Amino acid sequence: MAITEQELELFKAIGNNDKGAIETVYKENYSLIQHFVINNNGTEDDARDIFQEAMMVLYEKSRLPEFELTCQIRTYLYSVCRRLWLKKLQHSRRIETQVENFDRIVQVEDDIEEHDKLSLQYQTMRTAMGKIGEPCKSLIEAFYVHRKNMLEIASFFGYTNADNAKNQKYKCLVRLKKLFFAQYKNA
Amino acid sequence: MEQLELAEVVERYLTAEMGPEEQLAFEEMRKNNPELDQTVVEYHYFLEQMGRYGEIRRFKSNLYDTHHTMQESGEIKELQLTTGTRIVNMWNKYRRVVAVAASIAGITALFISGMMTIFTPKTPFRDIEELRRKVSNLEKQSSNQRAEFNKFRTKIAPGSDVKFGGTSFMIDPKGYLVTSAHVLKGAKKIYVQSIQGEDFLAEIVHQDANADIAVIKINDQDFQSPKQLPYGFTRLQTDLSEAVYTLGYPKDEIVYNEGYLSARTGLEGDTMSCQITISANPGNSGGPVFNKNGEVIGILNARQASANGVVFATKSKNIFQLVETLKEADKDINIKLRNTSSIKGINRTQQVKKVQDHVYMVKVVLG
Repeated sequence: MAITEQELELFKAIGNNDKGAIETVYKENYSLIQHFVINNNGTEDDARDIFQEAMMVLYEKSRLPEFELTCQIRTYLYSVCRRLWLKKLQHSRRIETQVENFDRIVQVEDDIEEHDKLSLQYQTMRTAMGKIGEPCKSLIEAFYVHRKNMLEIASFFGYTNADNAKNQKYKCLVRLKKLFFAQYKNA
Repeated sequence: MEQLELAEVVERYLTAEMGPEEQLAFEEMRKNNPELDQTVVEYHYFLEQMGRYGEIRRFKSNLYDTHHTMQESGEIKELQLTTGTRIVNMWNKYRRVVAVAASIAGITALFISGMMTIFTPKTPFRDIEELRRKVSNLEKQSSNQRAEFNKFRTKIAPGSDVKFGGTSFMIDPKGYLVTSAHVLKGAKKIYVQSIQGEDFLAEIVHQDANADIAVIKINDQDFQSPKQLPYGFTRLQTDLSEAVYTLGYPKDEIVYNEGYLSARTGLEGDTMSCQITISANPGNSGGPVFNKNGEVIGILNARQASANGVVFATKSKNIFQLVETLKEADKDINIKLRNTSSIKGINRTQQVKKVQDHVYMVKVVLG
């Protein structure tokens, strides 16, 4: 099936973390995945986790300039979810790993492998962040996650001026870097 | 100090905030100083990871928000199974095999017991009777024991120094509970008491004095884990004035209280907690704070002495974080926090009825 211009635009918008695009994809595909997971021994929570992880894969792919979407988003998402869910079933060895099919599928093995690598990196940073303690954690999150500027951060955390906040941020960053590389070597 | 300046310079270099002259000078320095060069490479990787971490966190939070909004608006509904699950399918598939196997086993057993009656020498009847009486005696004894047992006699040794610490509630059916860390202060042994009055021995899994949260686990053979918890946990901010309620043990019996969220931050602007106007007493510490959907939004932990009815609660975001750190630290800990509440939409009285079984009194035996 040919991929429409619209579909490609949507795919691109996902990579830009566009909330409207996320909503559209969510609305169009969630119930398919929900049916699939729940009819194959999953719970509501499993369905959500699997769907959101597949969305992460879609997001990562969309950010890669060299990646080309060769099927519909729906097919791609379904294929990823199916693979992820099979892996999970195999892992827990609950039952024979044969699942009912709900839609056509494409090959996504490599994409998922890459995704696993990226999530490992993400975990490394998250563990380091978990160890740094307050107020560093909130401060770094404010800057790098919530993209607040130094002035906003200064007033929120009660520093007298942006320079003080900046100084504190660098102190935290140096500490976080140490924790990160310690974690990195362990992993 | 030098480290800090270096961090700043490198970040400016990497984010291309340097002027062209400064950049040239810096690159020259890099060439001549392999140590500096190494640091820049490290920072480059680290900041790249940091940036990616931020992006993923933003994307994840968008996903989470979308899911939540769709749930609220009813676009995502809990699904009923349309076909039998795989396990049921397997049962259907193998039902005949099982039936044949069972009948063969049955026939064999009958045959053997028949042979036994034929070939065993006759024994006097009295022996058999005696034996039976013994069995029934035994039965009587064990049923007495059961009756005793059902009275839930306290397991706490008499004469030990017990403090009725506070409240705790279950976060995972496997027996994991959370409470406030300060409740467990000085504890040598911890017992939790269910609403039925039964005591269970528990142990500390982890405590975080900073966020004032502790995770404990019931470690008692009498404990029967529930199938599933009726309530879920929410990461989202609760809105100002939203109605909340709590259950706790400020006295020997479970007590219900309701109130509303009065501020998004806790004492002196603490962002890890929030402020609730509710009537709470010592002993309520560690109790769950539910919103109208029956989702846990926090853990009660303190009240302001100088003001009436002002209570602070640690946000449930912190429970999520703690659980994640725990899981990373120890692969054996498998705590799964529910995101959805099955008591959403039913009235408060019914909600409380379902929730109260999972709220426990914490009794602390001091060392």
